[in-house]
Amino acid sequence: MTERAVNGLIKMASPISTEAWQAIGLTLELATVTTIILLVLATPLAWWLSQTQSRWRSTIGALVTLPLVLPPTVLGFYILVLLGPQGWVGALTEWLGVGLLSFTFTGLVIGSVVFSLPFAVQPIQHAFEAIGKRPLEVAATLRARPIDAFLTVALPQARQGILTAAVLTFAHTVGEFGVVLMIGGNIPGQTQVVSTQIFGYVEAMEYTAAHWLAAGMVVFSFAVLLILSRLRQRADRVLP
Amino acid sequence: MWRSCSFKLSAGFIWMVMPSLASADQVLVAVASNFTAPMQMIAAEFERDTGYQAKLSFGATGQFYAQINNGAPFEVLLAADTKTPAKLEDEGKTVSGTRFTYAIGKLVLWSRNASLVSDGPQVLSTDRFDRIAIANPKLAPYGLAAIQTIERLGLMQVLRPKMVQGANIGQAFQFVSSGNAQLGFVALSQVFTQGKIKEGSGWVVPSDYYAPIKQDAVLLKAGQHNEAAIALVNYLQTNKTKQLIESFGYQIAP
Repeated sequence: MTERAVNGLIKMASPISTEAWQAIGLTLELATVTTIILLVLATPLAWWLSQTQSRWRSTIGALVTLPLVLPPTVLGFYILVLLGPQGWVGALTEWLGVGLLSFTFTGLVIGSVVFSLPFAVQPIQHAFEAIGKRPLEVAATLRARPIDAFLTVALPQARQGILTAAVLTFAHTVGEFGVVLMIGGNIPGQTQVVSTQIFGYVEAMEYTAAHWLAAGMVVFSFAVLLILSRLRQRADRVLP
Repeated sequence: MWRSCSFKLSAGFIWMVMPSLASADQVLVAVASNFTAPMQMIAAEFERDTGYQAKLSFGATGQFYAQINNGAPFEVLLAADTKTPAKLEDEGKTVSGTRFTYAIGKLVLWSRNASLVSDGPQVLSTDRFDRIAIANPKLAPYGLAAIQTIERLGLMQVLRPKMVQGANIGQAFQFVSSGNAQLGFVALSQVFTQGKIKEGSGWVVPSDYYAPIKQDAVLLKAGQHNEAAIALVNYLQTNKTKQLIESFGYQIAP
């Protein structure tokens, strides 16, 4: 089937425009990439935070939590300034020859990773802390190196926390608005996501289209919370 | 300090809950954000000249429409377009016969760089920039005017891949002023003070390149019996106010 035929079918099947479908696709892509990157970054960070005695622990912990309390427009504004030619990230990317990252998908990924960082780190950190010292000490007496203990003892025991982190990060990125609005530039297929599309529909007084997308978001968010509570129930049953 | 602050807070709260109590010498005005600076000055003059106080709320015209439809107590609307006041009038939410054009926006191609736009629109057909910011043409009259200008110049194909859109003209300006876009089409009023462009370089687009960016004001039903609201609508049409509006880079309806 040609792309046009597919688009025609989509149009017939729902009142959601192809532009909106494009935004939905891009949103899911952004959320997936962000989740993968954050799991890779957050797991070691959460492990360090859960184990360290360092006096930097509370400072780093507060920094990681900061995006949770800052308004997204504050984050978006600073990311826009950082990515711009006067910011050090912008200066770096220009020096590397990649150009400015604002208004690109990569720029949105950077924004989302910062924005969702606490949602990835905190569940994993809590899961690591819940394991306690004992299993790792036992592993050490069996001559497991720290890396083995981490991979074969800590990581499997923390899997519920990691799963929670993944679901939360994904959902949080899907719902992101302020940051993408500030650094996105609203380019269809590149930086236009569902939340900014809804904003556009409301501003343009196209309320029917806004309703369809917004209702979709409500259903999606509810489903995510349902999945999370099911996961917790299962965790309660498995663990004593 | 704290006492006067908490007094203002509680006064504000009472005023929010019971708008009718405080409306005797006050008018609540919804103002399109592109008109922020001139309106603040007009409100100060208005208070000095008439004794009435104008409470200003700045935002996007589309948002104001939704809020007014849902019972917001605004008494006067200064929109960024002509469409919204006309629509409200059709729906019976305004006092008929009170709609008028208070300002006509001018479009400027602007860069923070002092030389980039010094030769006018020539720069648009060069590769001396890779991002051009405009406001969303679907939402903002300035965005539509930018598209009309680009079409008139015959540069749509060349510029489309370089275009980034702000949700409104404020955001388009932000993209250019932060340097993330090297240039962009913004409102003259955003870069204009005391008769000239205050920073960087700009090309004021001739007004026959795009349909006039008329901004209409209207007296809303909520303000029909409020003397202060009626006084403001009249004050906006005095010669003194018109001159002030012009000094901010707008045109005045003939």
